[in-house]
Amino acid sequence: MATEVHNLQELRRSASLATKIFIQRDYSDGTICQFQTKFPPELDGRIERQLFEETVKTLNGFYAEAEKIGGSSYLEGCLACATAYFIFLCMETHYEKVLKKITRYIQEQNEKIFAPRGLLLTDPVERGMRVVSIYEDRCSSGSSSSGSSSSASGSSSGGGGGAGSR
Amino acid sequence: MSVMVVRKKVTRKWEKLPGRNTFCCDGRVMMARQKGIFYLTLFLILGTCTLFFAFECRYLAVQLSPAIPVFAAMLFLFSMATLLRTSFSDPGVIPRALPDEAAFIEMEIEATNGAVPQGQRPPPRIKNFQINNQIVKLKYCYTCKIFRPPRASHCSICDNCVERFDHHCPWVGNCVGKRNYRYFYLFILSLSLLTIYVFAFNIVYVALKSLKIGFLETLKETPGTVLEVLICFFTLWSVVGLTGFHTFLVALNQTTNEDIKGSWTGKNRVQNPYSHGNIVKNCCEVLCGPLPPSVLDRRGILPLEESGSRPPSTQETSSSLLPQSPVSVPDFKTLRALTEHLSSNEMPEDSTPEEMPPPEPPEPPQEVAEADK
Repeated sequence: MATEVHNLQELRRSASLATKIFIQRDYSDGTICQFQTKFPPELDGRIERQLFEETVKTLNGFYAEAEKIGGSSYLEGCLACATAYFIFLCMETHYEKVLKKITRYIQEQNEKIFAPRGLLLTDPVERGMRVVSIYEDRCSSGSSSSGSSSSASGSSSGGGGGAGSR
Repeated sequence: MSVMVVRKKVTRKWEKLPGRNTFCCDGRVMMARQKGIFYLTLFLILGTCTLFFAFECRYLAVQLSPAIPVFAAMLFLFSMATLLRTSFSDPGVIPRALPDEAAFIEMEIEATNGAVPQGQRPPPRIKNFQINNQIVKLKYCYTCKIFRPPRASHCSICDNCVERFDHHCPWVGNCVGKRNYRYFYLFILSLSLLTIYVFAFNIVYVALKSLKIGFLETLKETPGTVLEVLICFFTLWSVVGLTGFHTFLVALNQTTNEDIKGSWTGKNRVQNPYSHGNIVKNCCEVLCGPLPPSVLDRRGILPLEESGSRPPSTQETSSSLLPQSPVSVPDFKTLRALTEHLSSNEMPEDSTPEEMPPPEPPEPPQEVAEADK
């Protein structure tokens, strides 16, 4: 009972103190879905640069796979056209299948890498594929950081209110 | 001693989406508000084809071949299917930025451009990007509070930003954009073929029957023929012309919007960076390329309101400038659940002296399940 109350208090505190970092789209290759791999300065000290870049690059790879124009996508398009697109009522498109893979990957990354560092990665599909948002728990380093946490810094970064001002 | 009435009615996200769209079938169907001309389109197609099947087809199936009505039926079904797909699907609407994202972008803009004095309209916000060695400008949308992706445009009729915006078509009652352009193209193509087909076989019917009973008698017997011929004649000029125009656009991988604005024409303008330079490749990409699913999540369930005393609209008026869109994002409940699941050796609670929060009822656990879907 006491644990629940304490957790609820922490939740309310955390939600108001959460810093949100947004990774914007990278349009240098056209309109395909890609996110910038530039490391945001707000995450400095929270997560290793290489891990972050690897995550974003993998995500970009998934989206490239979803939007790949090739034999299989043409086949799917032609088959759908031949059935007057009724086939989509019973079949998932290739894109949807890859989006599900992406959701699973993001969950895995959150469990293995981001949550132990007090971060939370959100699925870009929830934001209309515009941004990848990372929620940074300002309190995680203060309260329940256990011995198993691999986060180096013990104090929360004094980044100021609001999201990344540059 | 007032009793809190908890409304059990499930609210789906489409009910709270900003923009001027109409939704039907509990969010499965999405259209523009003005649907009058769409009903006219339906009426014309259905009416003409009904007359054709009822009168001319019966004669022609016997006199010439039963394949005539079969082929007509296939064309009719295909054009109806593509019309309904175009009209009812999400054209590729980009959801508006949530307040946190909008604030982040605003701060970035002010950091680069400097703060604008009160009362002055800020200058148009533009970001430059390089695509395939050409500079493309991204414009900031004041309504949606986002930087529009390349080729996206804001439809003033539907009040939404649409990806790869082509045009707003009143005949289909919807915008034509990335997700439904191929359906639109196939609709006008199949409608052209259907119109030519019906027109041609009407002429054949009148010719054949006139040989037997005379021209005026034929018209008296099936007066619908005159109506069909008239409708097909006027439709031919418009729809076939439109099909030709869109074939040209597809071959060059351009949108109507870009063509009208002259984005890629003229000496001083950049060349179209999205064209593959090859007509076949362009056609394949536009018509047979991968189809992204809708990001609007119209049928997702919004968290329940606790009581009827606080209607949903009032809680979103705190910042009238920032748009509100009911996209659920995972909150720290998820993070907390993950963190506590992972750290199995829970440390004892911090004995930080904190004052007890006001006694609010905790949010019911099923909200998380619903928000996370």
